[in-house]
Amino acid sequence: MNKPLKQHLIDPEICIRCYTCEMTCPVQAIEHDDNNVVVDASKCNFCMDCIPVCPTGSIDEWRVVNEPYSLEEQYEWMELPEQEEIEVGPEGDADTEALDGAMAALLAEAHKGAGGKAKAPATASKPTVNMYNLGKPAEAKVQGNYRLTDANSDSDVRHIILDFGGQPFPVLEGQSIGIIPPGNDDEGKPHLPRLYSVSSPRDGERPGYNNVSLTVKREDLGLCSNYVCDLSKGDTVKVTGPFGATFLLPSDPEAHLMMICTGTGSAPFRGFTMRRQRETPSVKDSLTLIFGARRQGELPYFGPLKKVPDTFMKKVFAFSREAEGGKHYVQDKLREESEQVAKLLSDPKGHIYICGLRAMEQGVEEALSDIARKQGLVWTEVRDAMREDGRYHVETY
Amino acid sequence: MLDLINVSYDTQIPNNVGLSNDKKVLKALEKWHPGYINWWNDLIPQNFQESMVYLRTAVSVDPKGWAKFDYVKMPEYRWGVLLAPQVEDRKIPMGEHLGEPAWQEVPGEYRNMLKRLIVIQGDTEPGSVEQQRFLGLTAPSLYDMRNLFQVNVEEGRHLWAMVYLLQKYFGRDGREEADDLLVRSSGSEEAPRMLGAFNEETPDWLSFFMFTYFTDRDGKMQLESLAQSGFDPLSRTCRFMLTEEAHHMFVGETGVGRTIQATIEAMNKAGITDPYDINKIRDLGVIDLPTIQKKLNLHYTLSLDLFGQEVSTNAANAFNSGIKGRYMESRIDDDHQLKDATYKVSTIKDGKIITEDAPALTAINMRLRDDYVRDAAGGVNRWNKIIEKAGVDFQLKLPHEGFHRQIGVFSAVAVDPDGNIISSDEWNKRKDEWLPTKADGDFIQSLMKPVHEPGKFASWIAPPKVGIDNKPGDFEYVKLHMA
Repeated sequence: MNKPLKQHLIDPEICIRCYTCEMTCPVQAIEHDDNNVVVDASKCNFCMDCIPVCPTGSIDEWRVVNEPYSLEEQYEWMELPEQEEIEVGPEGDADTEALDGAMAALLAEAHKGAGGKAKAPATASKPTVNMYNLGKPAEAKVQGNYRLTDANSDSDVRHIILDFGGQPFPVLEGQSIGIIPPGNDDEGKPHLPRLYSVSSPRDGERPGYNNVSLTVKREDLGLCSNYVCDLSKGDTVKVTGPFGATFLLPSDPEAHLMMICTGTGSAPFRGFTMRRQRETPSVKDSLTLIFGARRQGELPYFGPLKKVPDTFMKKVFAFSREAEGGKHYVQDKLREESEQVAKLLSDPKGHIYICGLRAMEQGVEEALSDIARKQGLVWTEVRDAMREDGRYHVETY
Repeated sequence: MLDLINVSYDTQIPNNVGLSNDKKVLKALEKWHPGYINWWNDLIPQNFQESMVYLRTAVSVDPKGWAKFDYVKMPEYRWGVLLAPQVEDRKIPMGEHLGEPAWQEVPGEYRNMLKRLIVIQGDTEPGSVEQQRFLGLTAPSLYDMRNLFQVNVEEGRHLWAMVYLLQKYFGRDGREEADDLLVRSSGSEEAPRMLGAFNEETPDWLSFFMFTYFTDRDGKMQLESLAQSGFDPLSRTCRFMLTEEAHHMFVGETGVGRTIQATIEAMNKAGITDPYDINKIRDLGVIDLPTIQKKLNLHYTLSLDLFGQEVSTNAANAFNSGIKGRYMESRIDDDHQLKDATYKVSTIKDGKIITEDAPALTAINMRLRDDYVRDAAGGVNRWNKIIEKAGVDFQLKLPHEGFHRQIGVFSAVAVDPDGNIISSDEWNKRKDEWLPTKADGDFIQSLMKPVHEPGKFASWIAPPKVGIDNKPGDFEYVKLHMA
């Protein structure tokens, strides 16, 4: 077993000993004595079947450990032990994005635009991280690879669908997975995984299927992006993850989301939107998407997006190289929407998400500062408070 | 091929039993449906019918689709017919047909016995909704109101589950029995519910929590036993119902636990150390522990009566014929036929309570009751831990099984909570020490003031530790319709 690992546990102070989880577990990893209901770390495969059937929420507990708690230890518990300090990233806590240093560092880098330690929305579902790693990757089969950008464009963005078959791969919208490019590096070691945001919702690209989609742009000389963009149906891919525990969707159907992105930064927002469409299709006026690209023909998912009703999601497009209409960037559109942005800043249910190229950060940050200033607020203070609240999220690369 | 995991919505009645291809049963159910909706609409106060309640609904019977949460008006809740997936090559797990393939149709010789068991189970489901119909008006929080309504809609669904079996497998008299389930009514003079505990009132929220803890737990034990049935459709129905029933156990256990929590927190804050300083504690707007003990005594004993006679040939026949098993039958390590086995049964001889060996086959009820007592004791221990943790010197106890009984060997004698047989004079003199009095009920009633602000709770009950569906503390579980 890899160390440290994430261990599934049950909170004995909240559990009512109905044993529904035990009856549900397909691999008999859950058992009980007269005192407690416990999970056998050597059997649990994180299939998550026990999570929804638990009436109490006591089942959704996880600890990162070097040595898993034994059954005997768990039987003795009157309460759950605190999370011990484990050397993964800066702190091991509920927002642990990944359990191995390299992936955690990549995500910390991607999230640093938020100006401090990233926090998940209070009502987000609890993510699973690091089920699969370099030593023990999952194997996914390519179900499809579709070009999203116009054929005549030099920008090649692809929609890739991966199927995990019988392997459990619980992934939430906003999480990333690692793709291991085949072959070795200059030192003869296998390549490290590259991270890609999933662009499908948690119940699958197709509802009820164990598949995910990725939105990947081909980069010149990009080792992994070229590998991914060249995949054909039926190919097998080595996958790690899932990773990420903060850039997540609030479960509260009333949370108002403003999603700001460029290019493939739209991936997590596609997942968010589809999740909302499947879960709470009747909720109105609580999603806003500000989406930038060079041209309409290079904006991933432009066609499907146009079909989403405006009452369900307000869509604002910014094109910087379109022949007509001048140059527009997402920050310009943000300024045009300043009234609504201002409202979001002070709304406890308002969330701002930014995802895309690192270059977009500065312009967006400036626009937000201006909007805050007009409200008599200091942006950095607002930002820090929102981030602490799990309401401000940045993922840039 | 029929999709028997995902719930299909192609008929008025969501189901995973292929109703759209089963015209006769579909027609019967559609005929029954308006009566059910009328029953529901007449029952629950109107403004709650119009309110948006954050409820869980199953969209499939596998774990992934089992709990979908969303706001819904209760009359629009998709009551449906959901059976756990069929186990391939399932065998009858006990009795004289042990090892034979499970029945997919009703075996003729057991038809009446089977029908009676289903009707009794079915009768309890709407009974409890009737008993709890007015509780919404005094909900101590929106969270609790939501939990009450979740319990209510699921009891309603359990009625559907039994009605489906009656209409699908029992022809004309099944249909008549299904109609009668909507005619009988809790507490009615002319047509009461079949079992005593379901004709008692549920006048306040502590009663509701005690009811869901103790009386719904009898339901859980009965469902567990029926889930063992050799009649496979009954087994599959009960297996799925059990998953829902766990929520009811949760509401009961945490409801009582939170009531205790509020009491001891208030006592500690006021510096009251004597749990019997009842008036002073009640002045704090919380329910004193001795009164909670009395409520426990009442609901526990009413629930013990639901297990019937300790020694019963009906129960023996049901087991022997493979209709109803024991609690966790598949995990019991014996011959599953009880050919020569004996079981210790309580009885009264020469004015003393003794136990004696009886043939295990006739002692099935006694065994299930013992399993129930063990199961119920667990939660009481956990309540005591809350009290102990707060440093208050008090312990809740399950009274002796002979205390305050109306059915079985103990119904003939008066027994105190410690298990001593006493005279009826003494019983009458002391029963107010052990069971809630009218004054106790009036006091509890005086605390039953509704709280409608999200995240706020009445004085007598503490907030829960974890929200439903992981929701934050101030989540608006019910969006009340304001007429």
